[in-house]
Amino acid sequence: MSACANYDLIVIGAGIVGASCADAASAEGLRVAIIEPGPIGGGATAAAMGHLVAMDDDPAELALARYSLRHWEAFAELEEAEFSRCGTLWVARNEHEYQAARTRSARLASAGIQAHLVDAATLYELEPALRPDLAGGMLVPGEAVVYPPRVARHLVQRALARSATLYAGRRVVALPTGGVRLDNDTCLSGPVLVATGCALPELLPMLPMRARKGHLVITDRYPHLVHHQLLELGYADSAHGDADSSVAFNVQPRPTGQILIGSSREFSATDAEVSPAMVQRMLERAFAFIPALRGLQALRSWTGFRPTTPDGRPYLGAVPGARDQWVAAGHEGLGVTTALGSARLLVDLILGRQPAIDPTPYAPSRVTA
Amino acid sequence: MAKRFDVLVVGAGPTGLAAAQAAASHGAQVGLLDAQARPGGQVWRHDVRHQAPRAAREAFATLDNVTWLAQHSVVANEPQGLRVETPGGSELLGYNALILATGARERLLPFPGWTLPGVCGAGGAQALTKQGWPVAGKRVVVAGSGPLLLAAAATLRAHGARVLGIYEQASAATVRRFASQLLHWPARAAQAAALRARLAGVPYRCGSVVQRAHGEAQLQGVEVDGPRGTQRIDCDLLAVGYGLVPQVELAALLGCALQQTGKHPRVRVDGLLRTSVPGIFAAGEITGIGGLAVARIEGTMAGHAAAGFDQEAHALRAQRDKARGFAALLDTHFALDPRIHRLADARTIVCRCEDITLGELDGFGDARDAKLATRCGMGACQGRLCGSALAELGRFPRSGSRPPLFPARLATLAGHTSLSPSDDAYRGS
Ligand SMILES: Cc1cc2nc3c(=O)[nH]c(=O)nc-3n(C[C@H](O)[C@@H](O)[C@H](O)COP(=O)(O)OP(=O)(O)OC[C@H]3O[C@@H](n4cnc5c(N)ncnc54)[C@H](O)[C@@H]3O)c2cc1C
Ligand SMILES: Cc1cc2nc3c(=O)[nH]c(=O)nc-3n(C[C@H](O)[C@H](O)[C@H](O)COP(=O)(O)OP(=O)(O)OC[C@H]3O[C@@H](n4cnc5c(N)ncnc54)[C@H](O)[C@@H]3O)c2cc1C
Repeated sequence: MSACANYDLIVIGAGIVGASCADAASAEGLRVAIIEPGPIGGGATAAAMGHLVAMDDDPAELALARYSLRHWEAFAELEEAEFSRCGTLWVARNEHEYQAARTRSARLASAGIQAHLVDAATLYELEPALRPDLAGGMLVPGEAVVYPPRVARHLVQRALARSATLYAGRRVVALPTGGVRLDNDTCLSGPVLVATGCALPELLPMLPMRARKGHLVITDRYPHLVHHQLLELGYADSAHGDADSSVAFNVQPRPTGQILIGSSREFSATDAEVSPAMVQRMLERAFAFIPALRGLQALRSWTGFRPTTPDGRPYLGAVPGARDQWVAAGHEGLGVTTALGSARLLVDLILGRQPAIDPTPYAPSRVTA
Repeated sequence: MAKRFDVLVVGAGPTGLAAAQAAASHGAQVGLLDAQARPGGQVWRHDVRHQAPRAAREAFATLDNVTWLAQHSVVANEPQGLRVETPGGSELLGYNALILATGARERLLPFPGWTLPGVCGAGGAQALTKQGWPVAGKRVVVAGSGPLLLAAAATLRAHGARVLGIYEQASAATVRRFASQLLHWPARAAQAAALRARLAGVPYRCGSVVQRAHGEAQLQGVEVDGPRGTQRIDCDLLAVGYGLVPQVELAALLGCALQQTGKHPRVRVDGLLRTSVPGIFAAGEITGIGGLAVARIEGTMAGHAAAGFDQEAHALRAQRDKARGFAALLDTHFALDPRIHRLADARTIVCRCEDITLGELDGFGDARDAKLATRCGMGACQGRLCGSALAELGRFPRSGSRPPLFPARLATLAGHTSLSPSDDAYRGS
């Protein structure tokens, strides 16, 4: 592929993950190419709630989240990030969940993430709109929300300022040895990093990926109704369970004063249409925790697809059986949170350095072995 | 459970009223719904001070044979029917045939100062005035394009406003050519003459464009660019509108194919006003701006066709085509002068919901890209206004819409049919 433009790293896909990788690689002085057929951050990244959150049920996921969250601090003052440190308040419906919160806060604390239990009285001081009779909850005060598509755009622009090249409106159609071929028959040569989210199997069919549909609804501005990102402690069951469809109470105050309401998960739905039945289920769940939501004005609903691997962990590392091919995809519902850490881990691997966290749990070879 | 109608008509303007009447005349069970409290749509909107024209009163009388559903707004499409929000809750309305008669909205174009309080659309000013908005004694400038300006000015004047002038962007020569064509349309000529009589003494200036609105917190005056240069006119109110664009959002949500005419989409229909979706008909302004005469004929056609009486519908085609001829005449004679597209500068706000200026959209070639980066079109109107304006300015067409069609209560999207007392309790602050 000698007649092709040559790069040190060709990043395919400019979602939050590809954009983070391009940014991190260009910061290391690599000459980077970025290929993106649509708007920057226009895939799953544009649909995401943008909650930066550590989930503790899988130690590997927790390590990656903690590592990433540290790097997110660098964006706390960036206007485009719309970073808002609202904290996460996990809500316990009963004593059983309250006890589970105890275990979880201990796990988070041992991972270095500040978290503490709040009793029922404190819960209602923090969030008076919650329905009565809840048992308490767990507050993670350092967590925040961002606006993912603009962060992706910012990261790409930062890479471009370090002389990366953006092939905008172009799609990679094949991965010939030593590079990529674009849909206009251009070829680029150099090491390749595939960060195409749900579309991964189109280029790397040996790495299984399912698209897990989610719905969100956003309201008009109601700046003082809720103050923290609110989730039910049962959320992990929805997020990490394998039920074909599930909903969970997941409500976020946007910095605009709007309220963003999630979340739903479906494996079998493949069209991007908003499903009234799913929205109804999801909203009922939210009303069960915050009755006052019922009278608020909704502006829009939308859907997005979470790139989901069989074990729920992302693929981060070398493509099995290939040379100079790398992959960063499959972050399910946490890809915004973990994009920055994923990118650093990957750039370390590409440069032959020891990553700051153990890369083994994410090695793509785990599914092909 | 969904209520079910043989024929459900969305929109109770002249089109929808005619459609409901025609369908009901065949014995069909007809539902006619509108977001407004009263039927009439734009032209026949209820006037607190003046009686409705006879044609309107006759059309309203036919409501006896149909189920009239006032203050019903369609917000979403569900498998069993349309989700409709009402003041007290929501309903699901099913149908065998559906007639879309959602009409048009004003084409509002940005220019420096257009977001000042005191500036509004020409049709908007007319509607508000009919609803009792106090304009008596106010100095009003009416501007923009087309015959709607005369109608708006006449209403304003009838309610006591001092109309300082009507500023039409089309040149005097074109307006004269248009007027000479009116010979072939005696009814239209009579209408125009009647309007002019009601506006006796009000200057009508052609080739004139409001290029700027002045004022700090409130409109104080406008700058009009005309054949004899630029002049400043002090006023309390500016009513400015550049004609109409079809309201196709519901049709699009239902999957009906659209077709581009000029810079704006309309609903594609066949000779019997059938859309691309079986069982769904579209009539009146949404199939192309045509005015009152077209609206009434097409409404009748759609009503017949939706009730299964194709012959009756077919029989009206020639009459409708003739009426459409007049609309075409308007289109050519009141085509927008390109200088109107250049009025907005980089600092002019385009997206009023999110305060996005035209300059902030430089470099974006796609509505979605621009939306994700700037929030343009993400607000309460979901890009209805800025989307049409940006399409008109040649930037990019509006991006896809999603439910709800209009802001709606979360309880409605959740399928609740009645509101519990607490639902309206939270008002924010
Ligand atoms: C944190 C955050 C906050 C947001 N806040 C807002 C907000 O305040 N207001 C707001 O409007 N949006 C908001 N959004 C959503 C954003 O506008 C959307 O762009 C989001 O990217 C996904 O929306 P969408 O699927 O509707 O597609 P859009 O980004 O609007 O793009 C439209 C795409 O969806 C397709 N489409 C449209 N209708 C259908 C349909 N019925 N079936 C299938 N495809 C369809 C179109 O063809 C087009 O490709 C927010 C997003 C985020 C991440
Ligand atoms: C409803 C919903 C809510 C979510 N909420 C959160 C949250 O609160 N917090 C959180 O951390 N995560 C959240 N997520 C998850 C997060 O959005 C994703 O994990 C993350 O955006 C994945 O990023 P990505 O870059 O891998 O994928 P994408 O954003 O989908 O990017 C992939 C890109 O690759 C491009 N591409 C595809 N094929 C090709 C090709 N052949 N050539 C070139 N380019 C190509 C696409 O155009 C696309 O832009 C949510 C997801 C959803 C759906």
